[in-house]
Amino acid sequence: MSDVKKPKKEIKPKKNPMPAQDPVARAKNFNEVALGYSKEAVIDEAKRCLQCKKEPCRQGCPVEVDIPAFIRLAAEGDFAGAIAKIKEKNALPAVCGRVCPQENQCEKYCTLGKKHEPVAIGRIERFCADWELATGVKIPEVAPPTGKKVAVIGSGPAGLTCAADLAKLGHKVTVFEALHVAGGVLMYGIPEFRLPKAVVQAEVENLKKLGVDIQVNSVVGKFTTVDALMEEEGFEAVFIGTGAGLPYFMNIPGENACGVYSANEFLTRTNLMKAYMFPNWDTPIKLGRKVAVLGGGNVAMDAARTALRLGAEESWIVYRRSRDELPARKEEVEHAEEEGVKFAFLTSPVEILSNEDGWVTGMKCIKYELGEPDASGRRRPVPIEGSEYLMEVDTVVVAIGQGPNPLVPRTTKGLELTKKGTIVADPETGATSKPGVFAGGDVVTGAATVILAMGAGRTAAKAIHEYLSNK
Amino acid sequence: MFKILEKQVFSPIIKQFVIEAPKVAKSCRAGQFVILRIHEEGERIPLTIADFDREKGTITIVFQEVGKTTTQLGQMEAGDYIRDFVGPLGEPSHIKKFDHPVVVVGGGVGIAPVHPIARELKRAGNHVIGIIGARSGDLLFWEDKMREACTELLVTTDDGSYVRKGFVTDVLKEVIEDKGKENIAQVLAIGPQPMMRAVCNLTKEYGIETVVSLNAIMVDGTGMCGCCRVSVGGTTKFVCVDGPEFNGHEVDWHELSRRSAIFRPEEQKAMEYHNCECGSGCGGAK
Repeated sequence: MSDVKKPKKEIKPKKNPMPAQDPVARAKNFNEVALGYSKEAVIDEAKRCLQCKKEPCRQGCPVEVDIPAFIRLAAEGDFAGAIAKIKEKNALPAVCGRVCPQENQCEKYCTLGKKHEPVAIGRIERFCADWELATGVKIPEVAPPTGKKVAVIGSGPAGLTCAADLAKLGHKVTVFEALHVAGGVLMYGIPEFRLPKAVVQAEVENLKKLGVDIQVNSVVGKFTTVDALMEEEGFEAVFIGTGAGLPYFMNIPGENACGVYSANEFLTRTNLMKAYMFPNWDTPIKLGRKVAVLGGGNVAMDAARTALRLGAEESWIVYRRSRDELPARKEEVEHAEEEGVKFAFLTSPVEILSNEDGWVTGMKCIKYELGEPDASGRRRPVPIEGSEYLMEVDTVVVAIGQGPNPLVPRTTKGLELTKKGTIVADPETGATSKPGVFAGGDVVTGAATVILAMGAGRTAAKAIHEYLSNK
Repeated sequence: MFKILEKQVFSPIIKQFVIEAPKVAKSCRAGQFVILRIHEEGERIPLTIADFDREKGTITIVFQEVGKTTTQLGQMEAGDYIRDFVGPLGEPSHIKKFDHPVVVVGGGVGIAPVHPIARELKRAGNHVIGIIGARSGDLLFWEDKMREACTELLVTTDDGSYVRKGFVTDVLKEVIEDKGKENIAQVLAIGPQPMMRAVCNLTKEYGIETVVSLNAIMVDGTGMCGCCRVSVGGTTKFVCVDGPEFNGHEVDWHELSRRSAIFRPEEQKAMEYHNCECGSGCGGAK
C-alpha cells in the first residue's frame, strides 16, 4: 500500500464564486444580495479543503467550530452531518454564515490561503444551515432539567448564544428583550439584504424549541431590575448582553436639524419597522435626493446601501481617513461600490446647515490628511486648515459608532463599569464585579462583531454552568 | 398580546382604554409612558400613562385621534387585543414636598398624564392647584378625577362653552397674581406643545420653576435611536430616557416643533391610505 503514491490533488486556486443579485437590480430592492451556493458548488468548494493536520482555521473561530470536520462531511454531501457538527458549537449558523468577517477569522488562517484563495468556509456554513432550515431542523439533545433559573437580558447574538448553551445544559432560561421581537441587532441593525429577517426568526424559533422562554416588550432596568430578578424572581444567575445601543453623534452645530438620523434610527426604521414598505407598514422614513453617511464601518456601509434602496439618487460615505483605514468588511465596501455608493475620503463635516424650515441643505466639510499613526495603529487624520467647503446634501446619517445602552448598567447595584460605560467583565468567564452576574458582547467590548458577541455568550454560558453547579 | 378591558369614549376623538398589562402596572410611576403597537405592520407610538392599578394589573391610557395609528386604536373595542405594549419607559416625575403650593396644568388630552402626577404631589403633602382646559366643554374629561387628585381645581374652555372662557395660561396668570409668585413653588404643564410653550413664557416672566412633559417622535423608546432628541439648556437630551420631563424654560421649543413635524406629510399619506377602501391608497377619492 505505502508504495502506491496518492495522486496529487488538483487544487482550484479560487473560491467557487458566490452567486449574487445583479448590482444594478439589487440596489433597488431589499432582497438578499448573496444568493447562496448550489449543492454542486458547495461540494466542490468543500473538496478544496486540504484537511490538513494542523487545522489552523479553528483558532480563528471565536466559538470554536470544528471546521475541518464539517467541511469533510459537506464534501461527502452529508449536510445533515455537517450542520450537526457546526451546531455543536454554533447556535446561529445561518446568521454566522452570512455576517461573520471570515476574512479576519477562520479563512485568514486557512492553509490553502497561503498560496491561493482560502476555502470559502463561511459560504459552506451558510449552505449547510440553509439546507437544514429548508429540510427541517433537528433539535439538539437537552440535558435533564437542573431546576436552576437563569435570566438573559438582551436577545442579540450574545444573549441568544448564551441562552442556547444554557438550555442545552438543562437550565431554565428566560430571555428578556426590550423590543417587540427577538434578535437584537440582527433584527434592527443588519439590513434585510444582508441578513433576511426570516433567517433570524427561524434561528430564534429553534431556540424556543430548546425550551428557552423569550419575553419580548420587556425592558430590564425599567419594569424590573437585575437585583429584583435575583432577589425576588428566583433567578440564580444573570447574563447581560444588552449590546451597544446608544448612538453617538458628532456634536457639531446643526445636528438636530430635520433630516439628520443616527444610523440606529435610520436602520431601525428600515429593518425592524420595515419603513421601505410604507404605507403598507405604518412606520415612515424620509429621504432626500442626496444622502451623506458619516463613518466608515459596517454600519455606515449598511446605511449607505440602504439609502440607495430607499430611492436616494446619490449615497455618499463621508469618512475622515482614507480607503485603507475603512473599518468595514472588504466585501461590504466592494458591494457598496458595485451598487453605486460614492466615497468622500479624508473629509468630515464641521457643521450641518439647514433651511428656514429646519431641513438639512448641506454640510460644511473640512479636508483631512493622514499624519502619524495613533493608538489604534491607523494614521491619524489631521484637518487641513482653510480647506472648508460646502457639500450639498439633504439627508445625513451619523454612523460613527455606538456606546453601551446605560439602562441596565445604571440600575444594577455593584456593577463595575468603565469610563465609557461598558461593563467590566473577566474575558475568560464573563464574570462581572457582582456575584452571579455575567456579561458579554458589545456591552462589554463596545461595538464589535456578531461572532465576537456569540463567543462571549458561549464563554459566559460555560462559566454560568460552572457557577450554578458549584452553588 | 394585551387585552383592552374597558373603553370609554369622551368625545368623537378622545378615548380611554384600560389595558391589561400587569408587568407595566407593577412597576410604573407617575410621569412615565408606554409604547404600543397595534398590529404586526404597526408603528410604535408613545403614550403617557394616565392611571394604573397595581392590584388589577391594569394601565389606563387616554388618547386623541390625530393620525392613522391613533385612529385605528380608537376603532378598537373592549375585548380586542393590542399586539405590543411596553413600559414603563422614561423617568418618573420628581415628587417631593414643596414649601409652597404647586400648580399643575393640563391642556386637552394632556389632562390625562397630569392626573397621576397631581395625585402623587398631593399624597406627598403638597397643596396642589389644578388647572385644566380644553377647546370646548365637550372635549373636557376627568374633571371629577382631577378634583379628587388636586387640592383645588380650576376649569376653563377656549370658547367659553363650559365654566368660563379663556386659555389655561389666562387662569394660570390669575392664580399667580392672586397667590403671589413667591408663593408658588413649581408649575407643571402637560398638553399640546404651543400650550406648554405659552405656559413657560408666562412663568418665565414671574421666575417660577416650570416642568413640562414632552411628546417627541420615538421609535424604540429606550435610548437606542435618538429620534426624540431635543435641546435642553443647550445640550442634546433624549426625551425617552432623559425625560419625558424637563425644565420648560430650557427647552428649545422651536427645534422641538420642527422635529415633531418631520413626518407630517407621511402621516397625511398614511391616513389617506387608511381611509381608502379601494386598495389603491386613493384616500377615499375613488
